Amino acid sequence: MTEIVKHEPTTIYIKPSTGIAALNLRDLWVYRELVIFMIWRDIKVRYKQTLLGATWAVIQPVLTMVAFYFIFNKIGRVPVDADIPYPIFSYAALLPWGLFVTALNQASRSLTANHNMITKIYFPRLILPLASVLAGLVDFAIASVILVGLMMYYRYVPAWEILWTLPLFLFLAIITALGVALWLSAINVKYRDVNYVLPFLTQFWMFITPVAYSSAKAVSEQWQLLYSLNPMAGVVNGFRWALLGVGDGPNTALWISVGISILVLVSGLFYFRGMEKTFADTI
Amino acid sequence: MTTAISVKNLSKKYRIGEAQTKFHYGMLRDVLVDTVTAPVRWAKSLAGRSSTQLETAKHYIWALDDVSFDLDEGKVLGIVGRNGAGKSTLLKVLSRVTEPTEGTVTVRGRVGSLLEVGTGFHPELTGRENLYMNGAILGMKRAEIDSKFDEIVEFSEVGQFIDTPVKRYSSGMYLRLAFAVAAHLEPEILVVDEVLAVGDAEFQKKCLGKMGDVAQQGRTVLFVSHNMSAILRLTQEAIVLKKGQLIKRAPSPEAVDFYLASGQAETGERLWQPDEIPASAAPFKPVAIRIKDKTGKIMDTVRSTEPTTVEWEYQLDAPVTGLRVGVYLNTMRGEYVFTSFDTDDAKQYEQFGARQPGRYISRCEIPADFFNEGRYYLGVNASSFGVRRYFMDENAISFNVDIAGAPGTQWPEIRQGPIRPRLNWRIEKLD
Repeated sequence: MTEIVKHEPTTIYIKPSTGIAALNLRDLWVYRELVIFMIWRDIKVRYKQTLLGATWAVIQPVLTMVAFYFIFNKIGRVPVDADIPYPIFSYAALLPWGLFVTALNQASRSLTANHNMITKIYFPRLILPLASVLAGLVDFAIASVILVGLMMYYRYVPAWEILWTLPLFLFLAIITALGVALWLSAINVKYRDVNYVLPFLTQFWMFITPVAYSSAKAVSEQWQLLYSLNPMAGVVNGFRWALLGVGDGPNTALWISVGISILVLVSGLFYFRGMEKTFADTI
Repeated sequence: MTTAISVKNLSKKYRIGEAQTKFHYGMLRDVLVDTVTAPVRWAKSLAGRSSTQLETAKHYIWALDDVSFDLDEGKVLGIVGRNGAGKSTLLKVLSRVTEPTEGTVTVRGRVGSLLEVGTGFHPELTGRENLYMNGAILGMKRAEIDSKFDEIVEFSEVGQFIDTPVKRYSSGMYLRLAFAVAAHLEPEILVVDEVLAVGDAEFQKKCLGKMGDVAQQGRTVLFVSHNMSAILRLTQEAIVLKKGQLIKRAPSPEAVDFYLASGQAETGERLWQPDEIPASAAPFKPVAIRIKDKTGKIMDTVRSTEPTTVEWEYQLDAPVTGLRVGVYLNTMRGEYVFTSFDTDDAKQYEQFGARQPGRYISRCEIPADFFNEGRYYLGVNASSFGVRRYFMDENAISFNVDIAGAPGTQWPEIRQGPIRPRLNWRIEKLD
């Protein structure tokens, strides 16, 4: 028999919560191992029993890029920033956009897909959408390899001196995705309409995000600020700036995007925490 | 003595689905108004506020109603009650799955529960991967799982399949692995809900043993079961819940007697609704089947030491010849125990083979000392041999058997086999 380490057990008080829910992020820290495990599980099972496996992480953005190339560049002649090959131009945007869409798709279903856990055990529910969003980083990393290949093929030298800012824009993409995912996943517990709304939402959202086109060229001056209310516009422009050196870099529009992202994340956290107590009953 | 769990005025209100109220809307106008205002209500409830018209009491049930009790550290408490009495809700509140509506609970230590066997298991992951995953979900640290890994695998008896995806496991293997993880969690407070009903007899024995160990180590255990002999065997004290209220707390034998005698048995009866009867059954029309104890009370738990009456009430809308009406008895694992018809007896058949229209009851008595412990299913059949089967339902009703006082209950073990007869043993000394 192994020796049982006697330590003073912690006392837990259970009572109905009132008022605005406390975010209680410390709880998340206590359960950090579970976050890692959930990310690992999501990655592990994502491409199980598929023929092409993780290649899908590459196929999707590459095929989208090819389609964009023919539709928007060859046929549509959509304005892009000068002297950047269109494949690199669009792929640099498809990377964070793909991360965002995958995160929304996976995270918004994360609670309903794990309803048996939610109805049986206590753990911070926040872990589920969080792990889904973070697991998308693996797909992102795999898909990034293609960008490196494309840049080598087109002999395009990245903007070395500002490349270090890329992780910051990646971080912005993640908090944006997480913020939206918190809203969607919590609503999805009660209203499965989210599953039907999501394809429209992501499609519509892509139109207002400069993935296939350049926002500087396509959006006229007086609409720029309104346009930057879309936090993903800031992310995509930031990626292009950090990787390819196009655009203005950090400007008012970017800070608006950052502000909106933080607003969505914080409101999402509070909404999620507020709804959390009813998850087990309504799911 | 330190108090491990302190429950004070605990209440939990559940909302009964809105769908029920919707069916009351008869008029198109109401439906239209309902549809038009739906987004408003939707927005309100999204904001966590429900409209006041729904706040009326009839839309709610109290799953727990002002429950209070304290439990000292190291005690094993049994919780008994009918389905829907609030047992599971109580455990869910204690393990923080759901929030109470009113009242407070103070819990000293980590609550681990065997509610959660296999929770978070992913079919695509291997046994080993699921073991780690499940451990993490139950709140174990990686190092803790590492140190217990071999012990858990051994307990689960799935050793050679540990690197096979669990979707290839048999359901027994799956449950054994799941239970093994949960059983090796070392919470200060263990909550057990009916898991003992799963797995084969050998494995159930191990589980009971494990629970005994846990209790011996001075940890607090809450044990929910429909199995009164398990309650008697494993707990010193029990509480009885009825419609969300704690109606009795007493030493286990007293609490069990109280529960069995209080006739909390609205089930033990199955009524057929018109839409459950296929048109092909005519002219036979099943009305109800009931399980009754020796005093004639309808029960969902019967004692194996007393005779049990099964009665089937039905209606004939036209004369039927060659009719036989009977039952099949099945165990929970689907083994047939017996089949019996009301006109099996030749004389009885002569008298009742041809029946006139009217309402009938066919009643039989299953003798005392027949059932073993557990849950049984009763199927029904009404037919004319070689002519026609009027009605059949393989799973018409189920009931529990309590074996308190049955032969051999002095040994705390699972007895193999679906019946538990009291045989007339004689022992002779030969030399």
